Amino acid sequence: MSNLWKISGEGRSAVYLPGLDVPETAIPEKIKRKEEPNLPEVAELDLVRHYTNLSRKNFSIDTHFYPLGSCTMKYNPKVNEVTASLPGFRNAHPYQSDKLSQGAIELLYNLQDQLTAISGFEATSLQPAAGAQGELTGILMIRAYHEEKGELETRRKILIPDSAHGTNPATAAMAGFKAVEIPSDSHGNIDLVALKSECDETLAGIMITNPNTLGLFEENILEVIGAVHDCGGLVYGDGANFNAIMGIVKPGELGFDVMHYNIHKTFTGPHGGGGPGAGPVSAGVKLKDYLPGPVAVKDNDGFHLRQPVKTIGRMKLFYGNFGILVRGYTYISMLGAEGLKDVTENAVLNANYMKALVADKYPAAYDRGCMHEFVCRGDIAEGIHTLDIAKRLIDYGFHPPTIYFPLIVPEAMMIEPTETESRETIEAFAAALNAIADEAVNAPELLHNAPKSTSLKRLDEAGAVKNPVLRY
Amino acid sequence: MSFISNMKKDRDIMLKKIGINSVEDLFKDVPADKRFPEVKMVPPLSEPEILLELSKLSAKNASAECYDWFLGGGIYNHFVPSVISAITSRGEFLTAYTPYQPEVSQGTLEAIFEYQTMISELTGMEVVNASHYDGATALAEAAIMSVRSTRKRNKVVIAPGLHPEYLEVIKTYFQGLDIELSTGDIDDKTAGYIVQNPTFTGEIIDVNAEAQKAHDQGALLIVHTDPMALGVLEAPGNCGADIVTAEGQCLGVGMNFGGPCLGIFATTAKHIRKMPGRIIGETIDECGSKGCVLTFAAREQHIRREKATSNICSNQGLAALSAAIYLAAVGKSGFRKVAELCWHKAHYAAEEIGKIDGYSVATKGNFFKEFLIKTPVPAEEIFAKLQDKYIMAGLPLSRFKDGKADEMLICVTEINSRKQIDHLVSALKEVAL
Repeated sequence: MSNLWKISGEGRSAVYLPGLDVPETAIPEKIKRKEEPNLPEVAELDLVRHYTNLSRKNFSIDTHFYPLGSCTMKYNPKVNEVTASLPGFRNAHPYQSDKLSQGAIELLYNLQDQLTAISGFEATSLQPAAGAQGELTGILMIRAYHEEKGELETRRKILIPDSAHGTNPATAAMAGFKAVEIPSDSHGNIDLVALKSECDETLAGIMITNPNTLGLFEENILEVIGAVHDCGGLVYGDGANFNAIMGIVKPGELGFDVMHYNIHKTFTGPHGGGGPGAGPVSAGVKLKDYLPGPVAVKDNDGFHLRQPVKTIGRMKLFYGNFGILVRGYTYISMLGAEGLKDVTENAVLNANYMKALVADKYPAAYDRGCMHEFVCRGDIAEGIHTLDIAKRLIDYGFHPPTIYFPLIVPEAMMIEPTETESRETIEAFAAALNAIADEAVNAPELLHNAPKSTSLKRLDEAGAVKNPVLRY
Repeated sequence: MSFISNMKKDRDIMLKKIGINSVEDLFKDVPADKRFPEVKMVPPLSEPEILLELSKLSAKNASAECYDWFLGGGIYNHFVPSVISAITSRGEFLTAYTPYQPEVSQGTLEAIFEYQTMISELTGMEVVNASHYDGATALAEAAIMSVRSTRKRNKVVIAPGLHPEYLEVIKTYFQGLDIELSTGDIDDKTAGYIVQNPTFTGEIIDVNAEAQKAHDQGALLIVHTDPMALGVLEAPGNCGADIVTAEGQCLGVGMNFGGPCLGIFATTAKHIRKMPGRIIGETIDECGSKGCVLTFAAREQHIRREKATSNICSNQGLAALSAAIYLAAVGKSGFRKVAELCWHKAHYAAEEIGKIDGYSVATKGNFFKEFLIKTPVPAEEIFAKLQDKYIMAGLPLSRFKDGKADEMLICVTEINSRKQIDHLVSALKEVAL
């Protein structure tokens, strides 16, 4: 590991600060820091070299194909970085008054409208900071709805299909509900019999990812939503896989009551090595008044930020991850309705093509046409596990797919190529996967010892917990 | 174009391999009567068109570089060195995912490991996570963690002086949880005691004394702080804090109309398993070389599902990277210097404003870079009039529920020159006449 402290020298700095041009005021000894924080001390060149060299130890979309299922690692257009850096966005303050923020609020207003139009809901709030926070937002809105109807005390459970992301049950728990798991049937759909047996007066709602994490569109979606509504429950849509349905179907028209988006997946916010994301939420007629705020509104006087009438309140400070929202707005505005439909069509086409190219060696876990991603298994030969295939892919110059998820498929590999990859890239990745399948039989040590091409080999993750070293 | 490289010829080859005739056939699982709806949106814009539209929108906003800027209240106009965006805009950092595959993610992992180290130094805490959405959600999760970390206690007490929007966020996060929120006394049901230092109105409080109050009742002390202040103020970890949160936006992230921010979260080693959020740890590979991995994942939602310490998944990775670069760039002596510049300039400003007829400084005791003033005419009026002179005078507290019309919060940072401060002082004098 490189280490900034090892290249430090006393008094070095990479920042040219203004001098002191006012009289000094003594800092009382009682509150004054006794020992300085031991920060690195480096000149600008050494700093730049350190981070540039670190960056080269990363795979990224800009350098490698990155087929992580449910993460939608599509290309992030460079124009987004330019628009997000415009001075009136980058150097604007959330309290500088609506009057001096008309451009920023107008952008938020337009983005709310765009998302509402694509999804077929009634209204949108851009406040949530990420997908998981969007989920919490939606479930707290459902909670507020039942509370107002006086049914919160009996409606205690949220249904969650067993293919769901871990954030769904964690969110239900964080909103004070009991998460009840619903099994999937042999087609990868929600098991209708199991679902209906839970549809009673204790049901608060259901969280549905559609298409689900198997990459499959819920074939009985109307019946599922109908069953939940019939017993007074509400339907939350996890929009993690929204890239699969833009212009194909509107969740609001299917009967979903509330849904979040991941701007950093579907709408090209960069993933940034883990964040920041943005997780706007749209709602239908039953829930729109509970949206978190402030939201952007328009009147004769211009644009303003206001709280919806029965708002659940603030999910975070200010108005959402504005810098990420600017990127999403840039992208959506450049594509328009037809462009977004193109995105989805090509994303789904690419996934089905990839699925077909590897079908002989890696049959899909469910034998159906997939949407934007598909799930297969990595235990393709004696003694070979998904982890081995994932690590061997690195030697072929590819980032591994999502592995060991969804939990309902043993040794799962979840592959999402996205629409921005070319036919040739998809073919090259499929060829690598197929070659690895041959190696798994003929030269399994290549898989067990992978990766060989990286400066670090497989890391001891158990050791990291046993002997925690969490800082230099 | 939609940033797609496949042309019709490619699509035809692909359809043939899949064994279908048209792209529409891929969507037969979608209910037929809901399929291919009309989506009403304005026509798409080309790159020059979107740049023009957004440049126009940008120009409708006040932008800090055009003003003498004294507005803070949770988002601060500190200097952002050019080197930060030069590094964070590298595609290898910008377009990488969460580092779940450590062999191909050491760049992000090592950079955030360094971030954890630097924040640990600043706060005096042993364990730092890889960040939350913002200071307020970090604080809300700290409050929830205090309940999880103490036995049979479900009350969180908040000391006076917390930023009003932070209180709102905490209330939202508590809606579904069996946690009592109180502004009263700490008792034997109290799990966590929250203090903000410096307070919303700038006052520096005695954290040692607050720690004593919390610990006497067996409660955890949660300190929310301004990381920039830790260049001159004692680290909360040395004053008895059990959990420290902070808004790290001031550390090179920029203002961005209030987001992305950076939620800093730190605690003591004994609480690590109750902590929310990602943590990066050092380990070795098969050959004994040192490297970093995501660790203590058994706390997190993707493993523990409904029993996880939080539902948090994504963090503010790029903002944490910005903060790490910032702290490394200013360095040990530079960080102290920034904090001292804030201190001296703010005190000079307060001294000069206090001399104007009708104005007084209302923050009691010591303050760092921000202080409250009482104004002779409504603060909103001053704010509006000074904006016309390209001075962003401060934050009128009438914006908040309990704020009074004659209260304004003034923030002075290392960016503000004496000339700017004198300009503010003379404008304040003029507006009161």
